[in-house]
Amino acid sequence: MTTTEARLSTAAQPPVAPPVDRTARRTALEEAVLPAVVALLVAAIVGDILILTFGQSPGTVYRLLLEGTWGNAYGLGQVLYKATTLTFTGLAVAIGLRAGLFNIGAESQLAAGGFVAALVGLLLPAGMPALLTLPVYLIAAAAGGGIVGGVPGVLKAKFGAHEVITTIMLNFIVLALLNYLTAAHLKVEGSLHTAAIHSGALPRFSSYIEPFHGSAANVVLFIALVTAIVTWWFLFRTRRGFELRATGLQPEAAEYGGINVGNVWWRAMTLSGALAGIGGLNFVLGYKHYYEDSFASGAGFLGIAVAIVGRNHPLGVVLAALVFATISQGGLAVNAVVPKQMVDVLQAVVIIAVAASVPEVRRMLRKAR
Amino acid sequence: MILFAFLAQTLRIAIPYLFAASGGVISERAGLIGLGLEGYMLSGAFCGAVASYYSGSAWIGLLGAMAGGVAMALLYAVTAIRFRGDQVVVGIAINLLVIGLTRFFLRLAFHSSSNSPRVPGFGAENSGTGFVALASNPLIWLGIITVAVMGWLLYRTPFGLRVRATGEHPAAAISVGIRVDRIRYLAAALSGMLASLGGAYLAFDQHQFSAEMTAGRGFIALAATIFGRWDPLRAALACLLFAAADTLQIQLQGTQLIPSQFVEMIPYALTIIALAGVVGRAVPPAALGKVAE
Repeated sequence: MTTTEARLSTAAQPPVAPPVDRTARRTALEEAVLPAVVALLVAAIVGDILILTFGQSPGTVYRLLLEGTWGNAYGLGQVLYKATTLTFTGLAVAIGLRAGLFNIGAESQLAAGGFVAALVGLLLPAGMPALLTLPVYLIAAAAGGGIVGGVPGVLKAKFGAHEVITTIMLNFIVLALLNYLTAAHLKVEGSLHTAAIHSGALPRFSSYIEPFHGSAANVVLFIALVTAIVTWWFLFRTRRGFELRATGLQPEAAEYGGINVGNVWWRAMTLSGALAGIGGLNFVLGYKHYYEDSFASGAGFLGIAVAIVGRNHPLGVVLAALVFATISQGGLAVNAVVPKQMVDVLQAVVIIAVAASVPEVRRMLRKAR
Repeated sequence: MILFAFLAQTLRIAIPYLFAASGGVISERAGLIGLGLEGYMLSGAFCGAVASYYSGSAWIGLLGAMAGGVAMALLYAVTAIRFRGDQVVVGIAINLLVIGLTRFFLRLAFHSSSNSPRVPGFGAENSGTGFVALASNPLIWLGIITVAVMGWLLYRTPFGLRVRATGEHPAAAISVGIRVDRIRYLAAALSGMLASLGGAYLAFDQHQFSAEMTAGRGFIALAATIFGRWDPLRAALACLLFAAADTLQIQLQGTQLIPSQFVEMIPYALTIIALAGVVGRAVPPAALGKVAE
């Protein structure tokens, strides 16, 4: 009797697990990719309309855009440079969102990271090899961004102050502070940038590959890719990463499961700020070798777009960073024919369309299943 | 006399904040985060300048400004309400969108990437910054009246009650027959209209539109909304406080007493302090940023 029951109960669980899993995976992939596809289509239509109002042919403009970005080494170098910064700010926003926190402060965290790195660079003795100084710069940039990101994290954990508002307000405060420090104390006369750092500057690609001449792409690109991999490993393969994601999915349940949600919050915001801060190295260490006021302009906000379109997954972030860098550089390529601000409009349209289609696509897929 | 000049300048600077913060209060009390205020203002400034330029009348310009602000606010509302898009993401995107659109159409309409030609505004030309210029600008009066009307609307009318219910507990509001989505659309449109008047004030005051001329004023208005704890009158007082700080900074320019950057920080620092609850906690409407269902 009992054995029959046991046999029945095992028989009642048919081995359908693998097919279900595959369907679920496919649905998850569709859920992740469809909104981006929809958004790019909507952006293309809006772009057509804008180009036509300016009396130009969309085909010509889009061809110019592609030729000016992926069509030659210089354009490609500029795209890779912009994508490097966007990867860092995108990862920063994505880590925050995985923890259920909206970091709008990547803009000032990026600037603070670059600023602190440049400060350290001015203090380091000249002629030290890059291999020795690189860890120092990484720590400096991460500390600069991490502090700016950590403050809203602590305010959230201790007082429940909403991180969206505090990070926005801190953007203004920190950028004003950096502007003051640069303008009043550190600038080279007649400019708004500091003196050049003494040692540890990283080479641009153009010093190895001649066609990249004049483009800003540099070896920080590889640091960005490694950072993306480490971020993936942290999020999906470590206990702290699991705690972070659990908190983001359902803070009450995470708390009940024994996770200290407050700690996760301030740690996630600090980490998020540190990631954005390291992005400052792309400009300071790889490109200009000094800190310049407002070098970050826009890259922090675009990081939000990159994270959203990349669905908060490190791989998605890298791909989305390439897309947004292409659009952004493409604006300069078409500026002779249509105003380059067209691409600002397109970027905003992509963000709005993704935000609008994510819940819609999810509902459709759930219904279809 | 110095005091009077100080107050007059404070009021001049405060008017755009007053309009936008009033819009911020109504939007957030209905549960819609007011992150797009900057965009509504900029859209209002541009459309106001264009309408004023082509019609030759600042009053028509005002209608154009309101249309521009409401259009952007409705885009935000449709995305956030009908499509349930994340309010923070969409709000930020609206600002980027308006910066791009205004610059694009600035080049299309006026062949310039920085500013429009001179457009008609209010008041006598070259009347300076004194009392006459102040009192002859209808937008100054409208701004002051707006604060009173908003207080009345929010606390003394059925519409205001519904707005507050929608922002605090949409499910309860639905259960007593309030059409929550419609209230949110109305609140969004109203907020876009009010913020656009703030933008139009800026454009008419300078008799031209220049790219990104709102320069973060929408975010100061959002700060005032929060610092004023989502109450029209307190938010207006916060606007006056922030404007007084601006005025002080302008007056102190050249004296090297305090670097201007530190005065710029005041509204933002005060808002963070208010949110952290050092002097009385600022508690937002319960359903702020949430989908109503």
